[in-house]
Amino acid sequence: MIFLADYTLKIVALGSALLGIVAGSLGTFAVLRKQSLLGDSISHAALPGIVLAFMITGSKSSLILLLGAAVAGWIGSYFILGIIRHSRISSDGAQGVILSVFFGIGLLLLTYIQSQPNAAQAGLDKYLFGQAAALLKEDLWITVIFGTVAIICMALFWKEFKLMTFDPIYGQSLGFSERATDLMITALIVIAIVTGLSTVGVILMSSMLIAPASAARQWTNKMGAMVVLSAFFGALGGVAGALLSSLIPNLPTGPAIVLCLTAIVILSLLLSPNRGILARSAQRYRNRFAFSLQKLLLDLYHLEENHTDGERAHSIKTISLIRSREGNIRIALQALESNNWATQTDEKLWTLTQDGRIQAEKLLNKGEENL
Amino acid sequence: MNKELAIDAEDITIAYHEKPVIWDVDFQVPPGIMMAIVGPNGAGKSTLLKGILGLVKLTAGKVGIFGDTYERQRKLVGYVPQRTGVDWDFPTTVLDVVLMGTYGRLGWIKRPGKTEIYQATEALEKVGMRDYSTRQISQLSGGQQQRVFLARALTQDAEIFLMDEPFQGVDAATERTIIAILKELKHAGKTVVAVHHDLQTVPEYFDWVTLLNVRRIAGGPVKEIFTNENLRKTYGGKLSFLEEKESSSPVEITPSKGEQP
Repeated sequence: MIFLADYTLKIVALGSALLGIVAGSLGTFAVLRKQSLLGDSISHAALPGIVLAFMITGSKSSLILLLGAAVAGWIGSYFILGIIRHSRISSDGAQGVILSVFFGIGLLLLTYIQSQPNAAQAGLDKYLFGQAAALLKEDLWITVIFGTVAIICMALFWKEFKLMTFDPIYGQSLGFSERATDLMITALIVIAIVTGLSTVGVILMSSMLIAPASAARQWTNKMGAMVVLSAFFGALGGVAGALLSSLIPNLPTGPAIVLCLTAIVILSLLLSPNRGILARSAQRYRNRFAFSLQKLLLDLYHLEENHTDGERAHSIKTISLIRSREGNIRIALQALESNNWATQTDEKLWTLTQDGRIQAEKLLNKGEENL
Repeated sequence: MNKELAIDAEDITIAYHEKPVIWDVDFQVPPGIMMAIVGPNGAGKSTLLKGILGLVKLTAGKVGIFGDTYERQRKLVGYVPQRTGVDWDFPTTVLDVVLMGTYGRLGWIKRPGKTEIYQATEALEKVGMRDYSTRQISQLSGGQQQRVFLARALTQDAEIFLMDEPFQGVDAATERTIIAILKELKHAGKTVVAVHHDLQTVPEYFDWVTLLNVRRIAGGPVKEIFTNENLRKTYGGKLSFLEEKESSSPVEITPSKGEQP
């Protein structure tokens, strides 16, 4: 029994890691092309394909069901691109319509065959939320083969994908076909989605594409690094979620993986060095402090100017009276001192240094230039 | 189609919906000139460029580039689209964007190598952005973005340069740099066509001009074509520039708005 559990765990972890790599790396393009909803539409549109494939063949082999899913997902995305191109409906409208229509048909078919006395249909509903514990070696091979093909394609057409994602109009003027790259990228996204349906399910699969890429964008400004990092985050979230769901009974894999990915996204949003929320507010705080120091420097300078009798040093009390900004004055004065712009006399009075005067005059001149 | 002309477009009509954006325009550009395309908003200036480049379908008419179709002469044409058309937060570097100018020559799958990187760096040098080559593009100012787009077109090593509002929203220094490069291109025998907004600078920057307002109003050397009458026809008389121009030149009739000199 222990051996069996171990074996299942191994398959589950490996399968989710592979899935995370494939979905994470291809998801980068969905995010950069601002087509996050497209992935969602494709995965929802896959449901009727799965059920129809079963109804036609009577087989529950993953390969057959996923081929059905791929065909349906592909048709769905083809409709979406067609609607956008040939009507005045915007892309989010087209995606919303196709998503709900296809998913509705899928649910209808699923309910219908579940009402049939045929016992063979049991288990099809695992494609709604995913069931990593039911992964077989066969599923792993499907992921490996499809995923490898998709990643090789991405590497091969890297230059074209980058160009047509960044500036499709310019790309077309160079002679690259936007239609061709659109179709290729969509096909790759379909592949990434389909390989994850048995693990994550149709409803939440798109987050496997979007979440790792969004998190990765926070940490890097290079597209290549973003793909690698996104694949890593995808694998991490996938393994963590899948293990969680096989350890806790009745926890479906899809939601567990999504929760783990969400944690990665939140941490990235908060902590990443340049784009992160914390880094940005720290930067804002530093800017404000630097600005208040400049203000104080100017205040001291003007105070000196008003006292032409040579009495240049002033007490903290006097300074705080004329100071136009709030905040701890001692800290600010000490900061000026550490910059060598101000100094404290023996009588505990504050005065500008020569450096400080030069600095203040520089600031004043800059202000006049800006006017 | 005339082989002697850099661009020879005949009877171009472009309509997205019922109303044409460009109506029956003949557009001829002899090689080695700098031409401005001027006209009010919605006059179809950008659309005309896109029509020539095959980026929008022509409802009628045909385009020749040195006597052959654009598809066959593509490599002779460099394009500078409006810089507002792309997402400048895209995760890539300045050098990477400029390298895109070599992609057309490379064709599918083949990657840029040392030669291309050298060309791109040279182009960056020309626009005064060499020190920025490893910068992330989101850190660029508007003027720097425009320089990068120009550098990208320069690496195309083209004969004809089509530019969509190259001076839109750029600082004075960038405007000077760009115009110096364009004049250099002209001296090297290249042809430059730019959609331009600032009527004041047309005579200073360009030697030819096409006045466009859905139809082609007039076109030719600036000295002959850039007249008040033609401008009035193009802009329909609602133009403060015209009034300034008229009131500053004593030969012209004084404007009707009661501004006595």
